[in-house]
Amino acid sequence: VKYAVAAVLATLTSGVCACGDNLSVTCGVEGAMCARLSSWNLDGAIPYDVNTPLFSDYTTKDRAIVLPEGTSATWADVDAFDLPVGSILVKTFGYLRDRRDPSQGERLLETRLLVHGSAGWHGASYVYDADGRDAELAVAGATIPATWIHDDGSVRTNDYLVPNANQCKSCHAEHDEMSTPLGIKARHLNDGDQLQQLVDLGAVTGAPPRASWPHIPNAFDPNAGTLDERARGWLDINCGHCHNPGGLARTTGLYLDITETDPTRLGACKPPVATGPASAGLQYDLVPGDPDSSILVVRISSTLPAVKMPQLGRNLVQDEAVALIREWVTAMPGSCAK
Amino acid sequence: MAICRPMHRLLWISIVLAGCSSDDPCKGVSGKCIGVAAGASAQEAQKALIDVQPGQTVAFGEGTFDFRTDLSLTVDDVTIVGAGMAKTILSFKNQTDGAQGLLVMANGFSIRDLAIEDTPGDALKVLGADGVTMERVRAEWTRGPDSNNGGYGLYPVQCHNVVLDGNVVKGASDSGVYIGQSDMILVTNNDVELNVAGIEIENSMHADVHDNKATQNTGGILVFNLPNLQVENGAGTRVFANDVFDNNTVNFAPSGNIVGLVPTGTGIAVLAAHQVEIFGNMVHDHKSVNIGVISYVPTGIAVTDTSYDQYPTAIYIHDNDLAGTSDAPTGMLGAALISALGELYPAGPFIVPDIAWDGVLDPARVYTADDKICIQNNTYADPTREFIDLAWPLGDATKPTVDMAPHDCSHPPLPGVTL
Repeated sequence: VKYAVAAVLATLTSGVCACGDNLSVTCGVEGAMCARLSSWNLDGAIPYDVNTPLFSDYTTKDRAIVLPEGTSATWADVDAFDLPVGSILVKTFGYLRDRRDPSQGERLLETRLLVHGSAGWHGASYVYDADGRDAELAVAGATIPATWIHDDGSVRTNDYLVPNANQCKSCHAEHDEMSTPLGIKARHLNDGDQLQQLVDLGAVTGAPPRASWPHIPNAFDPNAGTLDERARGWLDINCGHCHNPGGLARTTGLYLDITETDPTRLGACKPPVATGPASAGLQYDLVPGDPDSSILVVRISSTLPAVKMPQLGRNLVQDEAVALIREWVTAMPGSCAK
Repeated sequence: MAICRPMHRLLWISIVLAGCSSDDPCKGVSGKCIGVAAGASAQEAQKALIDVQPGQTVAFGEGTFDFRTDLSLTVDDVTIVGAGMAKTILSFKNQTDGAQGLLVMANGFSIRDLAIEDTPGDALKVLGADGVTMERVRAEWTRGPDSNNGGYGLYPVQCHNVVLDGNVVKGASDSGVYIGQSDMILVTNNDVELNVAGIEIENSMHADVHDNKATQNTGGILVFNLPNLQVENGAGTRVFANDVFDNNTVNFAPSGNIVGLVPTGTGIAVLAAHQVEIFGNMVHDHKSVNIGVISYVPTGIAVTDTSYDQYPTAIYIHDNDLAGTSDAPTGMLGAALISALGELYPAGPFIVPDIAWDGVLDPARVYTADDKICIQNNTYADPTREFIDLAWPLGDATKPTVDMAPHDCSHPPLPGVTL
């Protein structure tokens, strides 16, 4: 259990739930959430990690899953595991004070809960007090000015944005505007022995033989997978929840989820549809061999609100990802008509 | 007229005494209503749009709202109202986050009587809704035409049962009114000016576009079908009784967008669309062409999408009032027009006929009478320059022609859209 998860669990177990039973975070009304996050008993929360996380402005993320007693998640090959009603996903965001030295601790920003109610999934975010002990429900989101020392020793700042309830839905509406979890998928969890442990624990049932488990490598470890595997994995977790045939960006015809195989739908020589000024004067989403002529590269490199991709949850450029995708486009075979 | 906005405190108090700021935004709204008064932040407005329940109204007060982030709505059957498109102004000129001004993912959505100004991206996007009504909404980029303006003004996409009536859209760097991948559409009484495309119906089914005014755009009204989309081969659009004139604003779309190919000075254009009836319009004074019909082929963009039909069929252009001299066609398509005119009239003058067709036919299709491009009973600017078949690309066996006889035909009237 990593530091921040331990801290969250300590916070969460510090009181008695004022508006429900141990694992019920709704307040009687479906979808309504407790106002403060100091009151749940999350005994039995299972921490987990994903191979390549969705980039969130260089925050750390600590994740845990809470299953109602005696239940388990059901395996799915591609989509998120099917979690029983009453399940809660917990994710706490923070900034390490010094990314070079995690022992200096971190500042907690928010904890997001995704709750599987009887009418489907709903989410809420809780913003921490200055001392990082308790957190307050933030239905309309929040902005948190933050400072940290970056990997290269430079001092970095960010007006970190806590999403509002609708923005939760925007990203989690992976298929047909129904909210679903995003990270609880076999390919993201299949890292070392983590997924095997979840299966052994009985937390996940219905898994096929381990040899057939899908896998996305750590995008930034060149030894973890091929360039194509790493780039497609990064695109899958960062873009695929909207850019798939059922997602929020379905009207663009650009699909970046892991199941897509058609080069045009992946962007190669595909003219944009509704890009507007974000085209930066370029003709195609991806031009094989030419990252500078690829709209996708422009958009992941931008911080302008109308240009940047992903649209939500990112103020900063993930430099490592831009480098990865540029390398991937450079190595891509083929060319586009002028 | 008193406008409610923060001013010097004493002045502000006097305005309160005058009764302006004390006006409840919900005044006059029947049913449950959440009021958002001028001065509210985007976060406060967003909270109202999250708290609102189906059947209720969110009312924005009179005044200018300075919103730094986008707004979104996901609750069905909600109405958003303001005090009028000149009185309630949602300004996004200081927006730092969010790809559009207002994003709606909810059925039964209505919005009326307010303005959305200066969004860095699209002004109002509605995705996947059944039931969309926009009335007397103004979407505007106040600095005028600029390639850095947001792409779309009013933008329902993958929607059903869409009504846009009495809206005003100015300055969009793509399309002012843009209906994409939708079905059952009424676009009426709108005033679209200074956009690249005034009104665009794209990859959509069953649209009636009538009694709109489109002027000072690059192109007035476009009916387009594009490849690589979930809803393709749109059909069944009627464009009638519109005033389309002087759409000669230099194309300011950022390159890479399909409307960037629209020649400056285009009245009405059809791109690879099917069953389009264009009638009873006034189409005057366009530098490139009053009415153009083209396939996707001249775009030069390779089509890998096998389900996309890139050739227009069943187009019927009749009873339109066409006027003005088109003698300065621009862009790639304008160049094609000039080349064709050069072949036909080596000594000039290079005046583009009122109706132009690229002349590209689907080599795999056996054309029937039902598929034809029919042109009848229009009044023309010049009886010697009524029509041109460009025979694109020039240079092969087929030559350009102004002979309209092959197009002297009619199609049965398309049914109107009733919602």
